[in-house]
Amino acid sequence: MSAPTALLLADELGPRGRRRVVIATILASIGLLLLGYVAYGRLSDRGQLEWEKWEPLTRWTVIKFLLDGLANTVRAAAVAGLVALVLGALLALLRLSLTAPVRWFAAVFIEFFRGVPLILLIFFTYFGLRSYDVDITPFRALVLALAVYNGAVFGEIFRAGIRSLDRGQTEAAYAVGLGYWPAMLFVVIPQAVRRMVPAIVSQMVTLLKDTSLGFIITYDDLLRRSRSTREFFDNQLPTMLVVALMYIVVNYSLGRLARWLEVRQRRRFGAGAIVVAGAEDLNQTAVVAASTAGVAGFGGDGGGGGDAPA
Amino acid sequence: MDVVLDNLDVFTRGMRTTVWLTGLSFALALVVGTLVAVFRVSPVPPLRWVGTLYVETVRNTPLTVLFVLFFFGLTKVGILYSAFTTAVIVLGGYTGAFVGEMLRSGINTVSRGQAEAARALGLTFPQVLRIVVLPQALRTVVAPLGGLAIALIKNSSIASVVAVKELSYLTGQLGNDTARYVPVLLGAAAAYLVLTVPLGIAIEALNRKVAIRR
Repeated sequence: MSAPTALLLADELGPRGRRRVVIATILASIGLLLLGYVAYGRLSDRGQLEWEKWEPLTRWTVIKFLLDGLANTVRAAAVAGLVALVLGALLALLRLSLTAPVRWFAAVFIEFFRGVPLILLIFFTYFGLRSYDVDITPFRALVLALAVYNGAVFGEIFRAGIRSLDRGQTEAAYAVGLGYWPAMLFVVIPQAVRRMVPAIVSQMVTLLKDTSLGFIITYDDLLRRSRSTREFFDNQLPTMLVVALMYIVVNYSLGRLARWLEVRQRRRFGAGAIVVAGAEDLNQTAVVAASTAGVAGFGGDGGGGGDAPA
Repeated sequence: MDVVLDNLDVFTRGMRTTVWLTGLSFALALVVGTLVAVFRVSPVPPLRWVGTLYVETVRNTPLTVLFVLFFFGLTKVGILYSAFTTAVIVLGGYTGAFVGEMLRSGINTVSRGQAEAARALGLTFPQVLRIVVLPQALRTVVAPLGGLAIALIKNSSIASVVAVKELSYLTGQLGNDTARYVPVLLGAAAAYLVLTVPLGIAIEALNRKVAIRR
């Protein structure tokens, strides 16, 4: 946000350039004010600013109702995230295995679950299992679908992290007499995990956003509860704006956490040239991995740690 | 598997809608993304703020919430579109935020020395951008943008929450109608792979072609 890129591409602005920026600033401000005014007029014409539409959202019972929904969202995301991390670690190890059939199995598993849209997976997990007389709750079906999907995504992130390490690390470990597993455990994984932390947190944001898909199988999350609220009080727009704001606050905070972790990691391990070089590689791979993962809600969609300025 | 074979037309119809939906939204996303990137690197502060606000807002809101907000909320202020058009606008606007960030970081990957050298040669600002910086920046974003396009194919499935009759909506319905969930899911997965895999290969080839060889 500080030095805009444009300034790097051109000389420092002279008096005329600075005057132009001032004029453009004034024009842009006027334009924005006009836009705001039009939006305001539209809203008040249609009676969307009337107090009775917003008043329910100031009642504690309504707020509590929505916050409990948010808690359900976070709970499903947390459980699914944990399971997905374990599954992802397992898949990454299988995929890097020295035995070919094991590798193939992991590859097929990852490609299948990454390739299917999450909404379809959630839908079929719930209704599919129910049709085979498995009495699964919406919560469990949602967690299962999220965990399998994100497990596949995490598997790819972990693999990218492990492979981004310089091969010299593994070779050095072998040279001092460590076997495959000790080398993995004591040399490769600890270094790889550090690099992956920002990407993991970004994917968690995506996962949290994707939890909102649970409403199609009647999971009682924030989005589901917003529906009862806005239909009961007949205030679609105000309720949805408040709900969107709640999601934004949670996700934005998580995003800041990811950024902070990344900066801290750079500062702490920045001295080692290998780590720094690798971290940039990972950003690139993480973006690709996360975006090809097709994060419904995505961030992942592209957000996988890639947005952090190098 | 005969559930899938007997209803192949359902799958092809769904795929056609999904392809249209993805193509149109991606075109819109490129336009929105370019605007966002320009706003975010602009020397004019209010435009930078608007760009940042847009990216942070859109990126941190679930796509599902955006769909519901647009489809059920904005209709209340007279913004009325068909489900398909709504889906294109929402998907394009959402993906545009990510495109914008990718373009911006692509410009940032071009080393400063390149722009400085171009300026030292006496090129003007538009020339620096057009001849030196952008050609290098665009190459680095081919792969991420391609990844985004593939993600968009799958994200377009969320349009089913507003009843756009794309692949996920139709196959979900087929699952419900026939109660043969597993074969239908496998069929749907195959249909999505038919769309994503060739695209992935094409992007890979394009990326190799434009990659900067050092």
